[in-house]
Amino acid sequence: MPANFAPSAADYLRILPEIIMTVAGVLIMLLEGWLGENKKRNLSVQTFVAFAAALVSAVAANGNPGLSFSNMLIVDGFATFFRVLVIAVGILSLFSATQYLKREHAESSEYYALLLFSVTGQCIMATANELIMIFIGLEISSIATYVLAGYLRDDKRNNEAALKYFLLGSFATAFLLYGIAWIYGTTGSTNLSTIRIALLTPGSETNVILAGTAAALMFVGFAFKVSAAPFQIWAPDVYQGAPAPVTLFMSAGPKAAAFAVFLRVFMTAFGPITSRWEPFVWSSALLTMIIGNFAALMQTNIKRLLAYSSIANAGYVMVAIAADSQIGVAAAMFYLAAYAFMNIGAFAVVTHFSRQGEKFVNVEDLAGLGWKQPVTAALFSIFLLSLIGVPLTGGFFGKFYIFKAALDANLVWLTVLGLLNSAVAAYYYLRILVVMYMKEPGEATLSLQPVGVGIAATLWISAVGTLVLGIFPSVVLNFATASSALVK
Amino acid sequence: MPNAVPLSWYLILSAILFGLGVAGFIFRRNIITVFMSIELMLNAVNLTFVTFSYQFKQVDGHIYSFFVMVVAAAEAAVGLAIILTVFKNRSTLMIDDVNSMKY
Amino acid sequence: MNLWLIPIFPLLGFLLNGLLGRRLPKAMINLIALGSVALSFAWVVKTLVGLGPIETKYIEHYCTWIQSGTLNISVDFAVDRLTAIMLMVVTGVGLLIHIYAAGYMEHEGGYYRFFAYFNLFMFFMLVLVLAQNYLLLFVGWEGVGLCSYLLIGFYFTEQFATTAGNKAFIVNRIGDFGFSLAVFLIVRQFGTLDFTKVFDAAKGLPAEASTGILTIITLLLLVGAAGKSAQIPLYVWLPDAMAGPTPVSALIHAATMVTAGVYMIARSASLFSKAPITMDTVAVIGLATAFFAATIGLAQTDIKKVFAYSTVSQLGYMFLGVGVGAFSAGIFHLMTHAFFKALLFLGAGAVIHGLHGEQELGQMGGLFKHMKITAITLFCASLAISGFPFTSGFFSKDAILVAAYEHAPWMYWVGVLTAGMTAFYVFRAWFLAFTGDYRGHAHPHESPLVMTGPLMILAVLSLAGGFINIPHFLEPMFAERAENQGLAWLSAGVGILGILLAYVFYVAKRGLADSFAKAAGGLYTLVYNKYFVDEAYDATVVEPLIEGSRTVLWRGVDAGLIDGTVNGVGTRSRGIGSILRLAQSGNIRSYAAWVVLGSIALLLAIGFSGGLR
Repeated sequence: MPANFAPSAADYLRILPEIIMTVAGVLIMLLEGWLGENKKRNLSVQTFVAFAAALVSAVAANGNPGLSFSNMLIVDGFATFFRVLVIAVGILSLFSATQYLKREHAESSEYYALLLFSVTGQCIMATANELIMIFIGLEISSIATYVLAGYLRDDKRNNEAALKYFLLGSFATAFLLYGIAWIYGTTGSTNLSTIRIALLTPGSETNVILAGTAAALMFVGFAFKVSAAPFQIWAPDVYQGAPAPVTLFMSAGPKAAAFAVFLRVFMTAFGPITSRWEPFVWSSALLTMIIGNFAALMQTNIKRLLAYSSIANAGYVMVAIAADSQIGVAAAMFYLAAYAFMNIGAFAVVTHFSRQGEKFVNVEDLAGLGWKQPVTAALFSIFLLSLIGVPLTGGFFGKFYIFKAALDANLVWLTVLGLLNSAVAAYYYLRILVVMYMKEPGEATLSLQPVGVGIAATLWISAVGTLVLGIFPSVVLNFATASSALVK
Repeated sequence: MPNAVPLSWYLILSAILFGLGVAGFIFRRNIITVFMSIELMLNAVNLTFVTFSYQFKQVDGHIYSFFVMVVAAAEAAVGLAIILTVFKNRSTLMIDDVNSMKY
Repeated sequence: MNLWLIPIFPLLGFLLNGLLGRRLPKAMINLIALGSVALSFAWVVKTLVGLGPIETKYIEHYCTWIQSGTLNISVDFAVDRLTAIMLMVVTGVGLLIHIYAAGYMEHEGGYYRFFAYFNLFMFFMLVLVLAQNYLLLFVGWEGVGLCSYLLIGFYFTEQFATTAGNKAFIVNRIGDFGFSLAVFLIVRQFGTLDFTKVFDAAKGLPAEASTGILTIITLLLLVGAAGKSAQIPLYVWLPDAMAGPTPVSALIHAATMVTAGVYMIARSASLFSKAPITMDTVAVIGLATAFFAATIGLAQTDIKKVFAYSTVSQLGYMFLGVGVGAFSAGIFHLMTHAFFKALLFLGAGAVIHGLHGEQELGQMGGLFKHMKITAITLFCASLAISGFPFTSGFFSKDAILVAAYEHAPWMYWVGVLTAGMTAFYVFRAWFLAFTGDYRGHAHPHESPLVMTGPLMILAVLSLAGGFINIPHFLEPMFAERAENQGLAWLSAGVGILGILLAYVFYVAKRGLADSFAKAAGGLYTLVYNKYFVDEAYDATVVEPLIEGSRTVLWRGVDAGLIDGTVNGVGTRSRGIGSILRLAQSGNIRSYAAWVVLGSIALLLAIGFSGGLR
């Protein structure tokens, strides 16, 4: 134990993004009372400034990487990658939410504060180097997201989504926590590297069984958060019920952060018992892809369809985890970044299209969008093509690296089945394209208003991101590859 | 302490409590009770933490259980608010009635 | 040489027309669309002239695309003799078809959209041809597929066009699945995707007598090629693809894109020649496709469908050629086919245009006096496809058949029989359309010069294109060549016999055909319905896929298991509607039960078993 508990300045600099966002969140809630009704617009500007400052400080923190707060947190390339990613997701969901909130007459400081808090939690997850910090980060992120999911208090679907998410989420978290307790009991520590060392030391067989049990319990918690089978079951209902911009946020931010801790915990702490969890990740990955893709074939509600697509995409990332290698980690990181962009783009279109009270959320409603708003439709097509995995989009390279990593790890059958799955997936994405371009515009399309500034910004940024990742993948991939080494 | 209760008894007790929490979540129909089952699970975890902490003669586990309590309290605040809005909208606290979204 | 300029012109055309086309006048759209392809063509010519005989491959390196670990993929374009031929065909024939399309599409809606897609297609096709590694080739490969899909569904108001577009896309996905898996295996095996490096490495390997890694790679590449080039069993999309505008059928579904599979196999010749099992498979698939598609072509009554099946059949010939190791013959036929098949489609388009959209042969007849140029040029194309002596088809088809004879005589005989059928059904279409009395109700008229001009140029190429000695030109790349004058004349003779038969059936003794069809009865029905392959696919693949996901996920994992244990059996009414309740029952407690079941399974697997590996 260090004699001096007082954190150094470097410690604070390393968690500056979290500090900025927390302070901003609290301030925004306080400020609302002082601002008049007509100044509400300023709230989103302030939130944006906070996010931007957090983004800058997250990048700056990477200039001086290392452990902080008695090894509780770690700032390395991996952490920075995910911090930047979740903050970027936060910014994009902020852009897409402003218009929506105005439309639903629900613009208030809580939304922005909760968004900030949720991202804070995800940043903590990304930097956590210790199981209790992971738990706290996860809960900060989740609790804020539970509320966001039920943000429109008087909407029945919102309530239901929030209730399901909350109850099942807490239920799964309890499993995670129980796993943490057991790993603490087995190894005497909650620090990831200490656990790794403890598991590497030759010990009794019981120890390994207990550690395996703990790993299984923690797997439940993580798999739930990333919506991997067989714990994906909450996702479609919650994604469908939550307000569209919240779904946009949920399917990208918390998921990426959960994958970050998933990767870090299983690659470092549980690295020594890989042979135990690897087959299970393998089967979970396969099951996730199959359930996601095949169930999506049947959907008529576009939010639900994208929810299943999000499950399927989690399956691809699980394939990368199953590869259990540095390339796999880098592939997972790249894919999550690409997925964040294309998925946010797709949900932004849904947010824009659904109108007040989310009247128009069926695939058929999109009929003729290609003629009514060619630019929106073209951008949507880019996202869908990326989700299908057509070359020159981020989705293509994401899948490419993931399956390459899987092949390198000799997971031949998983690769074959995964590729088959992505071939099936083309079908339901394609249906949206067909409806948009090859059907006469219906009532839903004809009454569509022009795209607002916020949504337009989200769409363009996501589209540029998707294409940049597809045309110049090296930019992100190099960083991911360099950072993936730190995990092992 | 030669005559103290063996350590494993605490662990078994906590496992039973956790199991009761799980069972309660699945078999009870009132949303509040379901929510309390989750609290029961968290308390089982706390017991485990404290037990191990005692075994290792460390203070860490005790502190962890405080963290868990704080988080549980935050969860309770948010959770009860969500349950309240559900009740306002549907006038029911039966968990099986909240199933409008499916398939 | 700035090879990048070749594809960049059409890309600019796409961007200009796609973004601004709505506000531009037609003349401007034409100028952009045709001008970009013309510039591209001019640059190809300039490049090839500048490069001279291209003894060695000319490679231009632009940038490193991906650098990840040991894998290094760069953006390189390259020109060798094979590429040179493809470039000339794509830009040359492409330009002619663009010109034609300006006339054909004049009265259609979405004029700018059509040309934007058309230019985009040219861009991807040129990338495909110029690519120096498999990944870049795959970019072009997927891109042309996408454009094809967009253009098939161009008449989006017609439901049929939409479903045809879907079909094309989905069947091609199966092919792409094979291709992408092959690409992964190549990376794994050779550590690179660069053509030169892969092929050099492959040259050092021994030929595989039994199934080895090269056999698997090439078989997967074959799946990709079969999807793109419409070979058995993945040919079903191509005939339906004719729902698109006729210039699309000519450019994409006859002259260029569908031959990409043949090009890819020829490009990968170093890999294929080490895998004799694959080579035999390619040859047999090609031959079978050629034969079956020809029999289906015998009974089609829609003029575009006839040519569509003949395209499938001719692609089968090309596969036969490359499959028996005569890569140069396959490419030779690819080129001549581009001439005469583009001409056949454009001619058919001119007929359809002149008849205001009529495609049924039964509604034509006696059109010769109304549209002489179209009739004569189409006649030239028909001669060429029938392998009439000294037309282009004569040389290329016989190069393939002679090579097939060297490989296995029975393949030659099936090929000759197919050639006879080809001659028969192509001339059947010609006679039905242009001779006899007019049976329709429209007012036939000849097409404007902008359309007939390309027809005439293509007619000259169809007749004389065979004198461009492609096999000789490609000799440095693909060694072997077989000569056998006697066999060549024999197959030409069978072709002429086919033409004469068609004359007898459809001109000299009308009615004979119908009575023959009646006599054949069931056989005719079978052939007319294309052997019910589409129906069989629907029944065996498409329906089970949809049904399966419905059944397995909704019924199989039904809440029966979960709800049963949770609620006690019978507490819930189990009407027929509840059969479709899947695991996703909407009930929080059953969701929790899933979580618990999953955790128990996990605990058992991870905690207590020793690990499954």
